[in-house]
Amino acid sequence: MTVETRYTRADFQSGQEVKWCPGCGDYTILASVQNFLATLEMEREKHVFISGIGCSSRFPYYMNTYGMHSIHGRAPAIATGVALANPELTVWVITGDGDGLSIGGNHLIHALRRNVNLKILLFNNQIYGLTKGQYSPTSEPGKRTKTSPMGSLDYPFNPVSLALGAEATFVARTIDMDRNHTAEMLQAAYEHHGTAFIEIYQNCNVFNDKAFQLLTGRSERDENRIFLEDGKPIIFGPDNEMGVVVGVDGAKIVRVEDVGIDAIQIHDSSRPNPGVAFALSRLSHGPHGPTPLGIFRRIQRDTYGDLMVSQIEAAQERNKATSITDLVQQHGTWTVE
Amino acid sequence: MQEETLSPPKPPEKKDRVVIRFAGDSGDGMQLAGSRFTESSAAFGNDLATFPDYPAEIRAPQGTLAGVSSFQVHIADWDILTHGDEADVLVAMNPAALKANLRDVVAGGLILVNEDSFDSRNLEKAGYDGNPLTDGSLASYHVMTAPMEKLTKIAVAETGVKGRSVLRSKNFFALGLISWMFNRPTDPIYEWIDKKFGTDTPVGQANLEAFRAGFNFGNTTEEFHHTYEILPAKLPSGTYTNITGNQALAWGLVAAAKSAGLTLFLGSYPITPATSILEEIARLKHFGVKTFQAEDEIAGVGVSLGAAFTGHLAVTTTSGPGVALKSETMSLALMTELPLILVDVQRAGPSTGLPTKVEQSDLMIALYGRHGEAPVPVLAPSSPSDAFAIAMEAARIALKYMTPVILLSDGYLANGAEPWRLPDFDDLPAISVSHATEPNGPEGVFYPYARDEVTGARPWAIPGTPGLEHRVGGLEKEALTGNVSYDPDNHEMMTAARAAKIAGIANDIPEVEVYGPDDAKLLVVSWGSTFGSVRAGVNNANRDGYPTAHVHIRYLNPFPRNLEEILARYSKVLVPEMNRGQLSAVLRAQYLTPTVSLSKVQGAPFMATEITKKIVELLEDQS
Repeated sequence: MTVETRYTRADFQSGQEVKWCPGCGDYTILASVQNFLATLEMEREKHVFISGIGCSSRFPYYMNTYGMHSIHGRAPAIATGVALANPELTVWVITGDGDGLSIGGNHLIHALRRNVNLKILLFNNQIYGLTKGQYSPTSEPGKRTKTSPMGSLDYPFNPVSLALGAEATFVARTIDMDRNHTAEMLQAAYEHHGTAFIEIYQNCNVFNDKAFQLLTGRSERDENRIFLEDGKPIIFGPDNEMGVVVGVDGAKIVRVEDVGIDAIQIHDSSRPNPGVAFALSRLSHGPHGPTPLGIFRRIQRDTYGDLMVSQIEAAQERNKATSITDLVQQHGTWTVE
Repeated sequence: MQEETLSPPKPPEKKDRVVIRFAGDSGDGMQLAGSRFTESSAAFGNDLATFPDYPAEIRAPQGTLAGVSSFQVHIADWDILTHGDEADVLVAMNPAALKANLRDVVAGGLILVNEDSFDSRNLEKAGYDGNPLTDGSLASYHVMTAPMEKLTKIAVAETGVKGRSVLRSKNFFALGLISWMFNRPTDPIYEWIDKKFGTDTPVGQANLEAFRAGFNFGNTTEEFHHTYEILPAKLPSGTYTNITGNQALAWGLVAAAKSAGLTLFLGSYPITPATSILEEIARLKHFGVKTFQAEDEIAGVGVSLGAAFTGHLAVTTTSGPGVALKSETMSLALMTELPLILVDVQRAGPSTGLPTKVEQSDLMIALYGRHGEAPVPVLAPSSPSDAFAIAMEAARIALKYMTPVILLSDGYLANGAEPWRLPDFDDLPAISVSHATEPNGPEGVFYPYARDEVTGARPWAIPGTPGLEHRVGGLEKEALTGNVSYDPDNHEMMTAARAAKIAGIANDIPEVEVYGPDDAKLLVVSWGSTFGSVRAGVNNANRDGYPTAHVHIRYLNPFPRNLEEILARYSKVLVPEMNRGQLSAVLRAQYLTPTVSLSKVQGAPFMATEITKKIVELLEDQS
């Protein structure tokens, strides 16, 4: 039996003409998000989408919710203000690899460590699209672009490792083309109370086409997608013949038959220590081989907003003198006749 | 509290005013000594104005000129305007303090010296070849010496304070001596020590004993036979408190939020000399205020813009370098037409400049320092207590016109204190705010960029309001719908509409009033913290037979609507500023007024005499 839902996808479409390039992965993600929001009971007016600058950051204009297309890199800061001003809202940050990891890297890491109640979706296409094809902080070393004609000298970020290092309480990765998996990650992020960070691999078919071919190509994907599922051994491959073990040197890929299924790492995203999650994130530095997808880490920690509210409540409990006259009296006054 | 029974041996000499400067090493506690003296003078009923001046380094090398910290207080039995041009009394805790401050001591002034610090090592560090206490170089001053360190050590011997901490109390010795000399009430000091340290703790005991030792030293030592009395000022009747500009500004923001029925949200990043606003508001959580210490200046204004979008009274506080960093977000606030207050407590720039010293050099960045055509209202308080009113006014304008507003305070106002006759806090101007709750277009459509016919403001619909879902952002907006528009005519129309909205505020602010005689040939125009010294300078000129008028501007964009007409009345217009003539240039550009700039960029406020001198020079010049 299907439950009658409150909304349809159309309720979340703003009516603005969507202007990404034909074939862009952003269309798929937009559809996934709109479809997902339509499954929720949460009122439409309580969703707020805050973005920075870049192709992905046009996203809020296409959502029939509250939203702000803000400044390059600053979306996590602005969204923090929204979330702290009204804890009832579900605040989504839409950012990209340039916006979130280059110009906005500082705001991203601080939002993560503070555990503000934000859902951060980082569309990683490993290229600057809006400015027509320059290397980004997730581009592979040596990448030839118009600003790096002899190859990029930059060593790239691994966004999942970065988020884990920044004390994130929820870190996941998914890929645009896998809409079911995307929906599953969105649901988990939505349910997480705190900062949820999802790296979404997103194909830029104009400036960086097939960057994620190993994870999306019909002939390659089964060998390269490592789905992380809590309580299950981390195995992958067309016949689940491959697996992941974690030891003192980190995580490594083995043939299951070589080590036995009992030696394979059982995934547990709720480990308080981020060590294993970090080890798993190092299995690939960009999708150039078998790459984990799913929830790396999901723990509970007080959110900044809850702590802020409880401090205010405690202060109000302690001190009920809240007129300006009270304030001045406490400061000390004298009277001239 | 123990009854103070000691009294000076001779009747005190009555004076109507005195300027005292406490100076020492930055670790000597001079700011504390000065502010305690100020508080007891306030309690006594003097009018007063203060000027704390301290180095940028928390602890510059001890004993050097770079490490000298000072606190000047002007007390009087009449209504005063400035912290005083020159010091009548200098308390010098070491040779460097003497050397750095001597030029500001009036000829014949009293210099009270901690003689224990005048050893060869400290003299050398201060760059003295000989000892000024013995070489006759201070002959034109009245020098008094006291072995402050030796006596402090003896006084605190029984308190349990040990080692290097012993000498920490020497500022209280100096304070005690000066308090005796100027007949200050001692109870406020005792009460403060008790509240701060507890009189039963070693530190509290030591400070108390050192203070009493200093007081008694004055009383019993032959040399210090002379005391002074400054009667309470005949201030208008009312209840007063002693307040600094940053405190008044913080309270004004809290009051504005209460008046508007909104939550105050302050997103900020520590920066001298603005930090104490964040500190003050952070301790007022019982008012329901939200403060957020961000990761940087950009995030400070960013979180505030987010809070503004969500319906709070949003503020960010900073100084010059932070204004530059926040510029891009101010442009977004302007484009999204959201209310946001940026407080710039100006300091001497450019770059890190003189971070603890005063300047008014951010006027141009406030007026023009954004990309694109980006006018915003700019306001400036004229005294520490005026910061309260100006903060409320900034909030009123931001909320009524849905615009970012810049409030230009400065380091002199921020730290300087004055008595503030309290307004009736139950009768503060109401700030009316309404969040949109209903669609304003046909068929239930919401137009986020429909404008109020009078103010030009757009509606403030906050997230969570059903049916009014809309998007704002940096891309140019189509009129009414707020949808992204690249239409050239729309861009020109929206640019003009944003400018007209700000220009129209001129109709909603008071006209400026001209101070001074009707026959004045010269008009002095000032803004910000120079009010006191300019007004005093103008008064001097009029007293000396040079009829001069004065206009002080609190609204710098838009200007008061009668300013142009007033400027046109005078053949000469003098504009004194602690910058290289920024307001002067703006007045010339806007009104074609041939202004004369009087510039001072020494990290110090104007002296009234500097203003008078320039007025006289201009009026004597018949060319």
